[in-house]
Amino acid sequence: MKYRAEITTQLKEGMLDPEGDTIQRALMHLGYDVSGVHTAKKLLIELEADSADDATKMLDEMCQKLLANPVIHNYSIKIQ
Amino acid sequence: MKFAIIRFGGSNCDLDVYHILSDVLGVPTDLVWYKDSIDRYDGVVIPGGFSYGDYLRAGSIAASTWIMESVKGLADDGKPVIGICNGFQILVESGLLPGALRTNVYPKFCCKWADLRVENTDTAFTSKFRKGEVVRMPIAHKEGNFFADDATLSDLNSHHQVVFRYVDRGGDVVPAANPNGSVENIAGIVNESGNVLGMMPHPERASEPILGSADGRKVFESMIEYALQG
Repeated sequence: MKYRAEITTQLKEGMLDPEGDTIQRALMHLGYDVSGVHTAKKLLIELEADSADDATKMLDEMCQKLLANPVIHNYSIKIQ
Repeated sequence: MKFAIIRFGGSNCDLDVYHILSDVLGVPTDLVWYKDSIDRYDGVVIPGGFSYGDYLRAGSIAASTWIMESVKGLADDGKPVIGICNGFQILVESGLLPGALRTNVYPKFCCKWADLRVENTDTAFTSKFRKGEVVRMPIAHKEGNFFADDATLSDLNSHHQVVFRYVDRGGDVVPAANPNGSVENIAGIVNESGNVLGMMPHPERASEPILGSADGRKVFESMIEYALQG
């Protein structure tokens, strides 16, 4: 089966996100009262797997090994 | 004795390191493409640069190449392995060193001289320094903000794995001397056995007086001495 997955990696809660902070300040400069901006990275992955469970398992491995850095990131996997 | 400098697509400090090791210090050194073997070498340098365009995260793509398995093998055999700047990022991404290197607190490429205090002289790369000595080397990075969780940090400190800290000219660890937001002003760490060093500052850019500092030369002189004792 062919699956499409959406992986989102994001800095863990409380981890400094200078890019998000900078964007927040820029938005406030423009007059928007924004109380927080957090950046995340989204990856769209196409893969073959026997089942949605297998696909999720493989994607989780990919996140652990390469796509996220478990020291500083949380990640989520959505299968379509 | 022979050293290898690993080249990935996007490495760009490889020739600077080569110049210091080969021309200045007279050590037989090869530039080795990441698809080739490093098994017969007595020490390895992973130089700075922007391997694979810093795609995904700085160092993450290079960390997943086969040659890093060989680097782990050499490190396990006690051979000296040093990662400078992008090389440090590759070492943490590949798990050879703990922690992570995040985007600088001021999220901009930062290129300037840094004063560093030598915290541990009992490693493969710092035996030529005096403990507590303040040395100058340049930094040039955007992702050099070292992070480790509390448990890892406590391990690093109790095993004396922090080798360099950013300090002021007087040698004090102060926030103003911290160029990137690294926890506890950490600029470089070693593994527990002291034969794998990762550091954000560039010793190869401070290894001849004409460059403004020759302090970094001691990193390579220590490495050579360590490898000779091998």
